[in-house]
Amino acid sequence: MSSFGRAPAVRRVGALLVWVAAVGPLPWLVWLAVSGGLGANPIESLQHRTGHYALRLLAASLTITPLRALTGWGWLVAHRRTLGLAAFAWAVTHLLVYVGLDLVLDLSQFLEDLVKRRYITVGMLAIALLTPLAVTSTQGWIRRLGGARWNRLHRLVYPAMIAAVAHYLWAVKKDVTLPVLYFLVVALLLGFRVVMRRRARSGVTARRADASFGT
Amino acid sequence: MLIRRPADIPSSEITPESAYLNRRQFMGAAGSLALAGLAVPAVLGASRGPAEHGDAVGQAQDDKLTPEEDATSYNNFYEFGTGKDDPKRNAGSLRPRPWSVQVDGLVKSPKRWDLDELLRGLAKEDKIYRHRCVEAWSMVIPWQGVKLRDVLARVEPLPSAKFVEFTTLLDPQQMPGQRTGVLRWPYKEALRLDEAMHPLSLLATGMYGKTIPNQNGAPLRLVVPWKYGFKGIKSIVRIRLTDRQPNTTWNDAIPSEYGFYANVNPTVDHPRWTQAKERRIGEFLRRNTLMFNGYAEQVASLYAGMDLRRYY
Ligand code: HEM
Repeated sequence: MSSFGRAPAVRRVGALLVWVAAVGPLPWLVWLAVSGGLGANPIESLQHRTGHYALRLLAASLTITPLRALTGWGWLVAHRRTLGLAAFAWAVTHLLVYVGLDLVLDLSQFLEDLVKRRYITVGMLAIALLTPLAVTSTQGWIRRLGGARWNRLHRLVYPAMIAAVAHYLWAVKKDVTLPVLYFLVVALLLGFRVVMRRRARSGVTARRADASFGT
Repeated sequence: MLIRRPADIPSSEITPESAYLNRRQFMGAAGSLALAGLAVPAVLGASRGPAEHGDAVGQAQDDKLTPEEDATSYNNFYEFGTGKDDPKRNAGSLRPRPWSVQVDGLVKSPKRWDLDELLRGLAKEDKIYRHRCVEAWSMVIPWQGVKLRDVLARVEPLPSAKFVEFTTLLDPQQMPGQRTGVLRWPYKEALRLDEAMHPLSLLATGMYGKTIPNQNGAPLRLVVPWKYGFKGIKSIVRIRLTDRQPNTTWNDAIPSEYGFYANVNPTVDHPRWTQAKERRIGEFLRRNTLMFNGYAEQVASLYAGMDLRRYY
């Protein structure tokens, strides 16, 4: 961080974008709340907005590795963690909006939803899968687990992302355009990983691929 | 406006705002213009006077009018987009006049009516109704319009008619949402004839004492207060009488979630959420949903002996 001031412009812009994406929604929500911008049904608006923040950040965290492979910008990797943690934080906020504001802590209703409504079930699954990743995101845990095991564990981000998109798909009433787009993005990112693995296996670019493979 | 006024008052001006406000003052609102704070004691479901109010005893007292701003900015009208704020933003392209309504099927003389002509001389109604969306939110809205039964009487259904089908305008130029395939256009809805003849069933041309805004279904929309909001078809261009139960848009799209009857019923859940409670727009805590949206006393007899779990 001490050398940040001298970092190339692209790095600084990248860092700025990441931070705006990660925490920018918070002041934005506060502004909307005080200016009446949340509309006639503020709780629903919060529910939807926080869900979208979580999903976008999760998708963004998944693009880091391919982006790094394509550009060779090693510094991007630090942002993967920021984006992933922010996604988790917004997902938890989203859950708290539901349980705290919508259900007003009616936990028996929440349990019923978990069992009866599949979009809630997979939403919870997504958060459950993300939780160990958030917990082990520190340097200490990387050391404790060892790079290879840590990498394997953090592949859980894929099932988490798929569960989150399934949640979105099942939550919307009729217009599935965006959820389907998200599925395409996930498929694209997964496909990219598969191709990279193949290339790594075939040994041609083994070293480069290994170095940038990460999650 | 430089356009000369026709001799007769067009139905789009059924209730001038001034008269509407006067009536509200008469109702004891002390001249308050603050719609949000206006209590609507015991008039829900009745045109005037407490005598006819629904079975919402204990609830009617805290049914306040929804702020006009909310009722005109938070809408489901997929012809203008699927977001709640899309209709207000996009409905400017709708031209609610001149407007004609094709009335055909099992009626004495099928005809394309000019809307103002169709409504001319019919008794004008002021109705304050609870509005319960299938998505578990609700509002309280003051409508102006005519009883559907009065319109039907004018067009004279044949004895063989059993259902009334309504169709929304189909014109992707005016309704940009119709350029997408999110629903099968044009939107259609229908009622059993006895439901349509019920005195609570309204064809609205105004709300909050003004001409109905485009985003709320200008110039003519259906309001059936004991049914979920999607039955309230908007921007109607056709009314067809038939002897067979017509197909309806949401029922066609997802039959397991949206029935033909769509009566408000707290005991029959939507597959994805409970219908036992609703969020009244402007309130924090959810309130209990009432059977037939609180109009059971007036309408339950229409469904005597029917299994409402099956005919949801
Ligand atoms: C236990 C966990 C979760 C619960 C209880 C939950 C609850 C909800 C609820 C109640 C809605 C609104 C549905 C509606 O309007 O009918 C919703 C929508 C949504 N949620 Fe979740 N959610 C959970 C997890 C997640 C996660 C992990 C993500 C993303 C990473 C997510 C993203 C979304 C999105 C994108 C929407 C759609 C918003 C829209 O329709 O515009 N949710 N969720």
